[in-house]
Order: sequence, then structure tokens, then C-alpha cells
Amino acid sequence: MRLRDQFPLLTSDPKLHYLDSGASSQMPSAVIEAVTRFETTQRANVHRGVHRLAEAATAAYEGGRDEIAQFFSARRDEIVFTAGTTAAINLVAHSFGDALAPGDEIVVSELEHHSNIVPWQMLRDRRGLVLKVLQVTDEGRIDLAALDRVLTKKTRLIALAHCSNVTGAVVDLARVVEAAKSVGAAVLVDGAQRVPHGPLDIPALGVDFYAFSGHKMYAPHGIGVLWGRHSRLEAMPPFMGGGDMIRSVTFEKTIYAPPPTRFEAGTPNVSGVIGLGAACHWMSGLDWTRIAQEEMRLTGRLLDGLAQVPDLRVLGPLGLQQRIGVVSFALGQAHPHDIAQILDRHGVACRGGHHCAQPLMERFDLPGTTRATIAPYSEDGDIDALLTGLDEARRLFA
Amino acid sequence: MSDALYQDTLLKLAKEAPRQGRLEPNDVSIRLDNPLCGDRVRLDLRMNGPRIAELAHEVRGCVLCQAAAGVIGLHAIGLDRAGVDALVADVDRVLAGQEPSLKALQSFGPVAGHRSRHDCVRLPFQALTEGLKEK
Repeated sequence: MRLRDQFPLLTSDPKLHYLDSGASSQMPSAVIEAVTRFETTQRANVHRGVHRLAEAATAAYEGGRDEIAQFFSARRDEIVFTAGTTAAINLVAHSFGDALAPGDEIVVSELEHHSNIVPWQMLRDRRGLVLKVLQVTDEGRIDLAALDRVLTKKTRLIALAHCSNVTGAVVDLARVVEAAKSVGAAVLVDGAQRVPHGPLDIPALGVDFYAFSGHKMYAPHGIGVLWGRHSRLEAMPPFMGGGDMIRSVTFEKTIYAPPPTRFEAGTPNVSGVIGLGAACHWMSGLDWTRIAQEEMRLTGRLLDGLAQVPDLRVLGPLGLQQRIGVVSFALGQAHPHDIAQILDRHGVACRGGHHCAQPLMERFDLPGTTRATIAPYSEDGDIDALLTGLDEARRLFA
Repeated sequence: MSDALYQDTLLKLAKEAPRQGRLEPNDVSIRLDNPLCGDRVRLDLRMNGPRIAELAHEVRGCVLCQAAAGVIGLHAIGLDRAGVDALVADVDRVLAGQEPSLKALQSFGPVAGHRSRHDCVRLPFQALTEGLKEK
């Protein structure tokens, strides 16, 4: 059975070549059914009611947390639910950032998604911090050789993407963690592009925070996770106040709940958590060794095909080492929106634009790129359709 | 033609857009970006009282954005604020699927059905409107 057959949207549209999973993945039946089951048989608020439905909803919700924790080899009280990667990073920028003092330094890189730049700029402006930037090599990787020069005793946090959402480059986290430890800095990782590509032992990475989104890993939109090392979370004040994040409230004083609920104010996205839990359960049943090989084979096929297109430039590593199947390219002077529009005529869904990485686009002097993402359900026909569409785009816009 | 969006007249207008480049000296120079796609327009205006005496545009954007700047290069000279407002209203008409008054805008008709591309067309006209506000 093709993996694609587990995805109703893909089976309902056999001519669709979906290569935009870097923006949003599709959802398998197992996830859709779990969400539907909750909404049709268990829907109620969690952590409050004592009636049967509330009990069932709470069990399903906390069961989702267990599934996610297990999938990422984490403690359940280190899994904080957020609206997505952006919300998770903002949470850290506020709660962890509260303890920072003027002159403290935060390090990001030139290839970060805006979600891993802007919250730190805002924190810098609130607290009088210094924001430092690691440059990107011509190959589209973070220049880790500069770490020794950039880090100082004032560095409090290094915030980097595990995998670039533009170049597909995978960062050497072990090296980052080692450098961070040498100056006593914490490490936050934007894992949004990494998590769709298989299981991960997050605590073993040695980082302090790991943020990711459900909608890129076969789960619904609007749900994400901040994994935080317990000792870090325990030391942090809440970001938002409200229900669920308290132990007791009087007008004189509020005592906050311990993590993770300290950071989960308000009614949560219950069906999102259940969907994300189901996605982790579904992923844990797949043969990721085979999928990783297949994703790399398809990535190689795509890179080989792109290499044959005149006047085309790949923005990222040309080899398959330390990269994922996120492949961005520029075609002559043709604008990525125009290319993506022509590809759409061939049934190919690709992303065109700056991918919320404008500093990286400036680095490479491009307005944007066209991006294709290889997912477990990608097939040879998807690559071929993209290359055929590109041929037409080149003839039209060259 | 593979896509109604990219008709020959529109491609030609984008490629041969009149008044490409910079204008020095100028009375107004404005740069506008589309934050969603990274399209960028720079528009330089030289004024004669309330009217546009000369202009130049630089577009780092898609074909639709380039062609829209081409319409400005063709038709904005001599316009005052009211004239620009009328031109923008004509753009609104064509993006709403209606027949525009200006013949040069007819080739944008197919864009009406592609809502995500409307801002590509609007960006140069927004720069024009903003430019006149600055003057």
C-alpha cells in the first residue's frame, strides 16, 4: 500500500502533486478520525467538569500529551501546548526573557524564520539586550565556525532552526550545545521543519527549549509544542494569566501551577492536542529508516533534475548530507510567484516567496525562491511534474 | 498560451514597461514592499504643481507587479490626486471582474479569479497613491 493512500486529500485528488508540506503537511486518516471521534463523541472542556464527557475529554487530551511525550522521549510535564512554533518561541521570549538584563546577548542566525527573529528583536527592545547574528555560508548553512567569535560571557541564549525552512540545511546541534555550555548560555531550537521527518529524542539533544508545530507533522493547524527542560520551565514565570495556569487565586496573590500548565492559560485547543497525539502515534508506527532513504532518494532526484535546468540556482546544499528534502531555487529573473502559478497549472503545489526569511533573501540578493518539500507521501511523479512545469515556466518567463 | 493570467499583452507590458529605472532629481521617492511575497516597488515622481510631470519605477517583483508598473508608466503622467484615485478605482474594477475603462488594464482581467495575486497588481498603484500623499 502506498503511504499516499492513507491521506484522504491526496487520494481524492490523484492529479495533485503536493510539494508544500514545508508550509503545511497533509493529515492521514488516523489523525482525522481521532479528531472526528473526539468532536462527535467526547467534546467537552477539560480539567473542569466531572460529568462523563468532561472526564473522557480530559483523558483524551492528557492522553495526547502522553503520546507526544513518548514520541519525543520526553517527560510529560516538559510538553507545553501552544498555538504553534511561533507561539512557543514567543513564550520563551517573554518568560525566559523576563530574567535577562540590559547588555545580555541573544544569538540567532541569518537563515532564521521571522518567528525566530522578531520575538528576540522585541525582547531586545524591551530589555535593552544585544541581538547578534551568525552569518550563512554560500551553501546555505549557518556558519558555526563563527560561534567562538560571536559568543561571549554575556550570551544568554542561542536560538537556531534545527533545519532551515529555505535551504533544508540541518544544523549541527551538538556543536551549538557545546559552544553554548562553554559560556553558560541556553539553547532554543526551532524544530518546525525537523519534526515531520521522523522520531527524535529531544532531551538527548542537550538543548533547553525545542519548539514545533502540529500542522507540519500531519496534525491539525493551531497546535504546537514548546518542549522545555524541566529545570528551565520550573524557573520561568508564566507568560499569560488566566484559567488552568493557577493553583489558587486571591486578590492579594495568585499561586501559579507547576509546568506545563503554568504556561497553558485558558481553554486549550483540545482537538488539536488529540490530533497531534494521534499524529505522533501514527508516525511511531512507520518505518522511518525506509522513509528517510526514500525522502533522500527523491531529494536527490529533484536536485539532479534541477541541475539540468538552465539558469537555475539552488539555494542550499547540493549534496544530501546534513539536509532534509526542503529544496529552494531561483530561476533566472523569473519571480517565484509566477513560477508557482505555472506549477499549479501542472497540479504541483509549491511555495513561492520569501518563506518568512527576508534576511536570508537579502543575503542571497533574491526577492524570494520557489520551494518544494519532500514528505513521506511524495513520489517520483511529483518530482517529474515539477520539472515539467518548470520547463514551461522557463520558456514563458526566460 | 498555458495560463490565461500570462497573456502575451501582459507579458509584453511587463517586459517593456515604460519608464523603468530611477528618476533624479525627484520630488518624491517612495518604496513599498509586499510583506507576504517580498515584491518591492520604488517609484520616483517629479511634480508640476499638483500633477505628475515625470516618473520612473523600479520593480523587484512578479510579472503582474511589473506589468502594473507598466500601466503607471504609460498613463500616470499628467495625473493629479483625483486622476490617480480614478486610475486606482479602475484597477479595483478589473480585479472585481468588471470591465475597466482603461484599455491597458484589460489584460489584468484574468487576475480577478486569483485573489492571492491581487496585491501583486495593487502594489505599484499603492506606491503611486502614497507618493502623492507625500507630496
